Amino acid sequence: MLVLAFDTATPAVTAALHDGSRVLAESTTIDARRHGELLAPAIERVLGDSGATLRDVTAIVAGTGPGPYTGLRVGLMTATALATTAGVPALGVCTLDALAYAADMPGPFLVATDARRKEVFWARYGDARTRLDGPRVDRPHDLPGNLPVVGAGGRLYADIIGPSRVSGPDHPSAGALAALAAEHLAGLSPDQARELARVPEGRVDSVEKARELAVLGPARPIYLRRPDAQIPGVPKKVTA
Amino acid sequence: MSSVNEGADMSRPDGPVVLGIETSCDETGVGIVRGHTLLADTIASSMEEHARFGGVVPEVASRAHLEAMTPTVESALAKAGLRFSDIDAVAVTAGPGLAGALLVGVAAAKAYALGLGVPLYGVNHLAAHVAVDQLEHGPLPKPAIALLVSGGHSSLLLVPDVAQDVVSLGSTVDDAAGEAFDKVARVLGLPFPGGPHIDRAAREGSGAAVAFPRGKLDDGTLDFSFSGLKTAVARWVEARVASGETVPVADVAASFQEAVVDVLTRKALQACARYDVKDLLIGGGVAANSRLRALAQERCDAAGVRLRVPRPGLCTDNGAMVAALGSELLAAGVEPSSLEIPADSSLPITAIHV
Ligand SMILES: [Zn+2]
Repeated sequence: MLVLAFDTATPAVTAALHDGSRVLAESTTIDARRHGELLAPAIERVLGDSGATLRDVTAIVAGTGPGPYTGLRVGLMTATALATTAGVPALGVCTLDALAYAADMPGPFLVATDARRKEVFWARYGDARTRLDGPRVDRPHDLPGNLPVVGAGGRLYADIIGPSRVSGPDHPSAGALAALAAEHLAGLSPDQARELARVPEGRVDSVEKARELAVLGPARPIYLRRPDAQIPGVPKKVTA
Repeated sequence: MSSVNEGADMSRPDGPVVLGIETSCDETGVGIVRGHTLLADTIASSMEEHARFGGVVPEVASRAHLEAMTPTVESALAKAGLRFSDIDAVAVTAGPGLAGALLVGVAAAKAYALGLGVPLYGVNHLAAHVAVDQLEHGPLPKPAIALLVSGGHSSLLLVPDVAQDVVSLGSTVDDAAGEAFDKVARVLGLPFPGGPHIDRAAREGSGAAVAFPRGKLDDGTLDFSFSGLKTAVARWVEARVASGETVPVADVAASFQEAVVDVLTRKALQACARYDVKDLLIGGGVAANSRLRALAQERCDAAGVRLRVPRPGLCTDNGAMVAALGSELLAAGVEPSSLEIPADSSLPITAIHV
């Protein structure tokens, strides 16, 4: 097994290669505005660092968000296009699940990332591998009380949630994303992995659908918000 | 990789195959060319999703590009009878256009180039509108003047060499011509996008019925302005409605359209005269307008200028135009782009490739 994983749903542009037992190479840069510029070179770098080529890769896994859409799409578009050239499945893992896995907390906790507009994307976990609620998008004020909060969403709003609750890594790492995906891929045949990558009818853009997602699914974005757009009324008068 | 970067022979039947990707607005365009030969031109449009908003919604367009990209690439390959391994280079619109939309195409193109181990060319959308004509009418005379008119741009260009040297002579100072068509269509109760509906309605009306203003017509520049015209049409219609009269939609459409194409063609021929150029190319979505084509032909004939207009499918945004310019760059031995190139929503025409 050779998993190429990356995530662009947060300010971290992160890519890694995982052979089923360990991370062979990883590259992470924090830059919220340059996902489109940084991702492809990062992929080239992790392949080069581990002496592998795309031909050796057996699955491509991208973080599906939720996260600011412009950056998020860079990762998913890259995964989908790369996978078709390599003839391997393009799979997706919820970015918050990858953060939860990386945090590796023993008890219940929350993961929260910056959703901008004074909101956070968040989910509640029973342990590192078990999502109990979410992903959702809400104001930090509305996060369920008292649980530790992993991710930059907690740190950003420490004054609202209480500084003592801030915990774990700020950003996801592709190494953790790859390791989590590898755990799930280990029990699957190539055909089963291909079946998981198959895109279902309809778009995964509602909170309800996002919550039903298995850990490993198709490389499709979790948006959680509808596009900002107003249906116009009658044309406004130009004469005063 | 090296064999395709040493100045390829465009006439060779086994010349390099270029995959072109265009996502600057609402069309997910994928084209495949070999030299100057068009092998496939496939488009997925999200226009229907924008229609009820009366204009292109950037986030809706970006989401649609992500959905449509890989199926559109695969259908282009199937149409061309090719496999991924036949692709020798990937070209993509790097700008100008909607930032989020461009970024999806650029990410896809980088992934295809990386995955296939072939060179990447990030190209200028406007120069691609010029290059596409070569797929239909053969090599572009050097120099040529290009008038590019669409919902996103209104530009006059001097084109000494589409792969190396394009000079901006003028552009709109406010609305793009196609934007004015959309806004006037709304005032007249016609659907979005307005261009084809105004064109159709205008056929039943008179272009001389209402004397709408021609912005910047004789100001000595090669710039355009359509905002005043749009407001004048809205005022005229409002006055009619206010006095309880019916609005003569066909006449208003025809008179508005006449004002737009009068200015466009007059300035284009002024540019030809000023730079002593005998070839005019018109591209962009508005080039599909029947009155623009007719008046441009009439005025070119009178001035001894040869007119080139690609067929409508190649005038609107498409992937073939991007592949055509990529092919041109490859033939000129231009260095490929790095995998680090950004999408640039305001890429100037001086940057034919990035
Ligand atoms: Zn265009």
